[in-house]
Amino acid sequence: MTSHMTRDEMTAIVREELTNVAPDLADETIPIDADLREEFDLDSMDFLNWITALHKRLGVDIPELDYPQLTSLGAAADYLLRATDRTKSS
Amino acid sequence: MSTETIRTTYREAVRAAICDALDRDRRVFLMGEDVGRYGGCYAVSKGLYDQYGPERIRDTPLSECGFTGAGIGAAMGGMRPIVEIMTVNFSLLALDQIVNNAATIRHMSGGQFHVPLVIRMASGAGKQLAAQHSHSLEGWYGHVPGIKVIAPATLEDARGMLWSALEDPDPVILFEHVMLYNREGELTADAGPVPITGAAVRRAGTDLSLITYGGCLFKTLDAAEELAADGIAAEVIDLRCLRPLDDATVMASVRKSHRAVIIDEGWCTGSLAGEVSARIMEQAFWELDAPVGRVCSAEVPIPYPKHLEDEALPQVRDIVAAARAALGR
Amino acid sequence: MSDVYRMPSLGSDMEAGTLIEWARQPGEKLAKGDTIAVVETQKGAIEVEVFQDAVMGKPLINIGDKVPVGTPMAELEPIGAAETKAPRRSGREAGTEIEDDERAAGSPAPPAPDQPQPARAAPEPTPTRQRASPAARRLAEAEGIDLARLTGTGPDGAIVLADVQAAAPRHAEQPPSAPERPPPRAGLDLAAMRQAIAAAMTRSKREIPHYYLAEDIDLTTATDWLARRNADLPPDRRLLMGALFIKAVALTLRRFPELNGFDRDGRFEPSAAIHVGAATAIRGGGLVAPAIHDADRLDLDALMAHLRDLVGRVRGGGLRASELADPTITVSSLGERGVDRLYAIIYPPQVAIVGFGTPRARPWIIDDAVVVRTVVSATLAADHRHSDGHRGALFLARLAQRLQDPDTL
Repeated sequence: MTSHMTRDEMTAIVREELTNVAPDLADETIPIDADLREEFDLDSMDFLNWITALHKRLGVDIPELDYPQLTSLGAAADYLLRATDRTKSS
Repeated sequence: MSTETIRTTYREAVRAAICDALDRDRRVFLMGEDVGRYGGCYAVSKGLYDQYGPERIRDTPLSECGFTGAGIGAAMGGMRPIVEIMTVNFSLLALDQIVNNAATIRHMSGGQFHVPLVIRMASGAGKQLAAQHSHSLEGWYGHVPGIKVIAPATLEDARGMLWSALEDPDPVILFEHVMLYNREGELTADAGPVPITGAAVRRAGTDLSLITYGGCLFKTLDAAEELAADGIAAEVIDLRCLRPLDDATVMASVRKSHRAVIIDEGWCTGSLAGEVSARIMEQAFWELDAPVGRVCSAEVPIPYPKHLEDEALPQVRDIVAAARAALGR
Repeated sequence: MSDVYRMPSLGSDMEAGTLIEWARQPGEKLAKGDTIAVVETQKGAIEVEVFQDAVMGKPLINIGDKVPVGTPMAELEPIGAAETKAPRRSGREAGTEIEDDERAAGSPAPPAPDQPQPARAAPEPTPTRQRASPAARRLAEAEGIDLARLTGTGPDGAIVLADVQAAAPRHAEQPPSAPERPPPRAGLDLAAMRQAIAAAMTRSKREIPHYYLAEDIDLTTATDWLARRNADLPPDRRLLMGALFIKAVALTLRRFPELNGFDRDGRFEPSAAIHVGAATAIRGGGLVAPAIHDADRLDLDALMAHLRDLVGRVRGGGLRASELADPTITVSSLGERGVDRLYAIIYPPQVAIVGFGTPRARPWIIDDAVVVRTVVSATLAADHRHSDGHRGALFLARLAQRLQDPDTL
């Protein structure tokens, strides 16, 4: 990414990629802090596909150990904002 | 740059380019069959013998292999020779010098020697010179690494490319299509050197790309005009430099128009048109909206009778038909 | 003499299907395995394939018709029909003619080496795929437009860029940053799927004498192996434990043929190929188990890629008939959010189903000491008409061994 994104912009990306891998969630209203696995039944394959899409789109590495930090749309956006900052400053 | 123009011909533009080179650099000289006292078989060097003298406008024996080799030697020795070969068919006698020596000496000597030589030759059909004097072999030369191949088609390029070719440290083959010599047009009075890299967009358009060079340029521009009357906006690309090819300009055009037709007076089989087509396929396949088309010469020795010669060569109607086929209308 | 294509059975629970669209027009050539039509079933819209090389003939039912399994849907002409109608055959009786035609429709014996191809009556080269320009294909893909729905206006009816642009909601000179999402899955009726599952499971519980076995398996080695492997890989190359389970089951099955195959009217029909149905839950209810073909012969990366693709198509639509009808056994894995174990119900006409609970840290005894290990409970439900508990137990034991050595998967 070329410039700093706001949290809203990042959340929008995160939400868009989620509905790409799970089109059946497109019509759902997903609260920003809802636990995606527990409340929206995201299974491990959906989750991995989502991580894959985010990695490809944003170019940030998301190691498996960090998966617990991406439980909700908001948590994922925060994580990715931190990660893109790290990528830029390194 | 001055906006003052002069009315001139392609032949005169080439002559002006030779004079300019002779004036600019003492190392430059012209040699070839009948270039001196006779004035050149296409009268390009008419008058230069009297103007510059026999040292710099040198008549040679009828031995292409011999005088081309002499040109290579002179270039290696520090001169900047312009070797004129009457027509491309005669250059086949000098192929050993061109392909085995001129093209390889830089490589074979590990960069110790280079061959700053320019070989001019007339090419193409249309003057009823029959099968042995009507070849278009630009594609053959374009096949060989170690030489550059250029084909000026416009007055500006005829006037400007020779000096750039002489400045190049490696051998350059310069093709002058026989049907261009009498072509008249306006040239700015202070026209100067033109780079010998890169293709030129001669007419902008969005519906298809017509890619050509040399003697077919003006037929292609006429075809584009005819297509425009039907609301088809063809882009016309003059390759100008046949080795190395300017892929970027071609691909940018194809990415815009999604269709390409290549017009090449060479025979279709193994032609430069085939090479350009392959590159489009390699680099812009997913942009294509129609198969790449080719308009080339019929696969026959070029006939002598006028009506058959015309039939064998790419003509405006063939280009228009190929363009329409690419567009499906 | 033409053959007919009949409404296929996409599982023993399917009684009828509705024709949604033809994938081919009369006269177009079909290779074995090509999609001929899209059929709506209780499992959603499914692409159904032909089982032989043929030329699409006259349709026998209309789009929107719901017909029982086995109903002729379209005529299929043998390839090269013209030559088989040569006069030399006109005097033969009808029975022979049918046989010959069927042979012509299949693959003819290859000519002897070095012999020229016999002079054929040069059948019209029918296009085997939609004629569309590369640029048209790329835009159609980006816009999620099905080329089969478009009419080409290019040379010889080819679909060109303008045709796709006309069908696109907006023209596509936009940056390719966010790919268009695929359209929501067409033809999925959750209520109908519920009915289908009900019918299949009722039949299973009524007809199949299940026996159940369970085995706790130490998964620590496999878990560590997976974490190490995935740590160095980008997300698109990471594996899920589910892929290891499927591969382990498939490899183990090679030595237990009585668990891999079909019950046909009470007789067991073993399958040489091992096609593992991967049970995939659909959010909002419902379940499908499409096949990973030849799962025992795929390396883990390829198997994972198939699994990703299948799950993607369960979510987005586009499962193929063969994927639903082919599984020779089913694996149901609860993943990370589940319970300790599941006792699965066999999906007829299969004869076994393997279940994996959620792997958890549990007390485990090694050398008389209690240690904490990651443990998964594997279960087997199998058809007692075709195998016995002893063999089933051996199967689970071998499966446990397999999972101790993930490098061999």
